[in-house]
Amino acid sequence: MGNEFSYLSEIGTEKGDLIKGLQLVQSREGYVSDDAIRAISKHFSIAEAEIEGVLTFYAQFKRTKPGKYKICVCDGTACHIKGSILIQDWLSSALGISDGQTTEDGIFSIETVACLGCCSLAPVMSVNGKVYGKLNRKSLLKILSDYRKMEE
Amino acid sequence: MPDIKRIKVGTASCGLAAGAAEVLDAFQRLSGSIPVVEVGCIGHCYAEPMVELELNDGTSIFYSSVKGDEKSVNAILGLTETGRFQVPAERAALEKLNVTRLSGSIDPKDIEEYKANGGFSSLKKAFELKPEGVIEAMKRSGLRGRGGAGFPTGNKWSFLAAKKADEKILIMNADEGDPGAFMDRSMMECVPFQVMEGMLIGAYATGATRIFIYCRAEYPLAIKHLNIAINELKKQGYDRLPGREKPLDIQIKEGAGAFVCGEETAMIASLEGKRGQPRFRPPFPTDSGWNTYPTAINNVETFANVPVVIADPDAFAALGSERSKGTKIFALAGDLKYPGLTEVPMGITLADIVYKIGGAEPGSVKAVQTGGPSGGCIPADKFDVKVDYDSLKELGAIMGSGGLIVIGNNRCMVETARYFLDFTHRESCGKCTFCRVGTTRMFETLENITAGKGKPEDIDFLVDIGNKIRKGSLCALGQTAPNPALSTIRYFRNEYEAHVKDGYCPTFQCAALSDVRLDPDKCVKCRLCIKTCPVQAIGDDFKVDNAKCTRCNTCMEVCPKKAISRVKKGDGFSSNLSK
Ligand SMILES: Cc1cc2nc3c(=O)[nH]c(=O)nc-3n(C[C@H](O)[C@H](O)[C@H](O)COP(=O)(O)O)c2cc1C
Ligand code: SF4
Ligand code: SF4
Ligand code: FES
Ligand code: FES
Repeated sequence: MGNEFSYLSEIGTEKGDLIKGLQLVQSREGYVSDDAIRAISKHFSIAEAEIEGVLTFYAQFKRTKPGKYKICVCDGTACHIKGSILIQDWLSSALGISDGQTTEDGIFSIETVACLGCCSLAPVMSVNGKVYGKLNRKSLLKILSDYRKMEE
Repeated sequence: MPDIKRIKVGTASCGLAAGAAEVLDAFQRLSGSIPVVEVGCIGHCYAEPMVELELNDGTSIFYSSVKGDEKSVNAILGLTETGRFQVPAERAALEKLNVTRLSGSIDPKDIEEYKANGGFSSLKKAFELKPEGVIEAMKRSGLRGRGGAGFPTGNKWSFLAAKKADEKILIMNADEGDPGAFMDRSMMECVPFQVMEGMLIGAYATGATRIFIYCRAEYPLAIKHLNIAINELKKQGYDRLPGREKPLDIQIKEGAGAFVCGEETAMIASLEGKRGQPRFRPPFPTDSGWNTYPTAINNVETFANVPVVIADPDAFAALGSERSKGTKIFALAGDLKYPGLTEVPMGITLADIVYKIGGAEPGSVKAVQTGGPSGGCIPADKFDVKVDYDSLKELGAIMGSGGLIVIGNNRCMVETARYFLDFTHRESCGKCTFCRVGTTRMFETLENITAGKGKPEDIDFLVDIGNKIRKGSLCALGQTAPNPALSTIRYFRNEYEAHVKDGYCPTFQCAALSDVRLDPDKCVKCRLCIKTCPVQAIGDDFKVDNAKCTRCNTCMEVCPKKAISRVKKGDGFSSNLSK
């Protein structure tokens, strides 16, 4: 272990930086693993249980490894009004996974989020941060197949 | 093309989502020696990607919905007439672009361009006024906080200024937790230096020594632009305020996705590295805040207003209504033609915003939701209300931070309330029993109603428990969480009754309370629906079997003739009720 998370030394050991530390780990690893929690606990001298307590409070932190293409489906108010439930349905049935899961081949994962700030283009989703707006079933399937093609 | 001086491509989030990156790339390849710069946006999201050509004669031409292919770009470089964009005159007459004056017209990353457009002149004036003078000007202007509660900013600053302490903290609330609002994102992306100028004026006036910007992590571009702005400010020495030995300590902290962290005491806890739970007040943050130091929190748009206020407090106070001064930026989304941002004087009617600015078709709109999950809905027959802090409260809604969701006739109000309670019961921090258990009970009740399992007494139960949660919760999340349900019951009780008494959803939106029907008169027997239905609910007789159908709407999306639609529960065919 040890070395794997040595980048934690980039940030301070003050408790106020705990969330920053968790964010750093998540941005590097894509999620917060058990090993990561152990390393963070050592770095900040905070009990693992307390870290879990902070971690579970915030929606941003993931305990499972996301897919290579991380799909965030917006279910904010504007997107909800514009039919994000159907988008979630179509996405789940196209990929065979539901919210919070990763496909078996590790290519796609789906996560529902509160708002991506592009509400005027609702319904909206993002793939690894790139935002796609005004979704319908057809455009959704096209986006998925474009990403799939890149994997072939 | 000698006429074009400079080309501006809007690359804020909406623009990028609409394809601005390809447009920018094409202009950079094809524009020859004409400089191409990236700017923010002017808030007309529906018209993105947008391009502005600055001409040598000082005028500009705008193009909307620009495509990144060579032909389109060359046409624009040749000043084609097609695709030109103009703000509709009726809208322009209602808007007052004071705070967003520079949005979309300057390069957000270039401090010199901000200065050339009057940037930092208010900061300079603030130094002349001295801290007391700044606070006096803020009070005189009547500016009230734009984050939701509407507390007078000058008063808040005077509390912090009066404190003696080694350190004093000023926090910018950039969490923009209302899902459906995007004013703050836009200000940070488009005019980060203006937001920071307001922040510096605040630090100067209050004596703050340390600044935190708490920004939601979903806004990477805003964070990037703020970081650039802060580095530039430090480089040019703006963090050294007159009469101070030490430079200001300015830090950006990314939020981690908890709505309650928008609340002041929860945000402070989060900044201390803890779970973001509100605490009882007093002590107020200005007495004991971050690590017990005196702390004040203001919203992004509040700070963006500050340079405008200081430039001319009396002109600011001359705009708006009796007790709500100045302008307000609203984020319009939902069922309307022109979603986007608009800046208007306080006190304008909701009808003007929804119909004249937003372009919604009169008669097509059922209600508007203001204030997000803490707010309420306002029915269309009350759209003559003047939009300010006090008038909206009287209607059972709130001004909130400025998100306005337009709800069309075909949306179910019970489902809308269910959505908001789903959000708040998950976001409750869990400290107060009424908030934690009560919002969950409300959510479950609404979930039952929309699932066709509601009972007539559910409506009164919601009202009763809603009022109890309002009284029994510590922070405004709990106190306001029942609003979406209570206001929809107040104005749309008939929709609730249709669900619980008559067994159908009047808008056919609730899956369990509606059917799907294929209209044989419109059907051309192409069989597309039969092939794509994931559960084989459509038979060779071109009938949708509602006993099998999951209401996924896939068939409606693939049908070329729009022959399939949702209908009233009982009006579709079902193999269970062998007809
Ligand atoms: C649950 C909850 C969420 C809030 N979310 C935000 C937010 O996302 N952004 C914001 O500026 N204010 C938010 N507020 C209001 C802030 O607590 C605070 O009143 C505001 O930031 C003060 O700044 P102002 O006086 O400039 O408006 C929220 C309040 C509550 C109770
Ligand atoms: S009202 Fe709700 S969110 Fe606020 S402190 Fe109480 S439990 Fe937490
Ligand atoms: S709504 Fe979905 S399940 Fe029902 S018939 Fe159409 S495609 Fe099939
Ligand atoms: S509600 Fe979906 S992007 Fe804001
Ligand atoms: S175009 Fe800027 S907010 Fe949408």
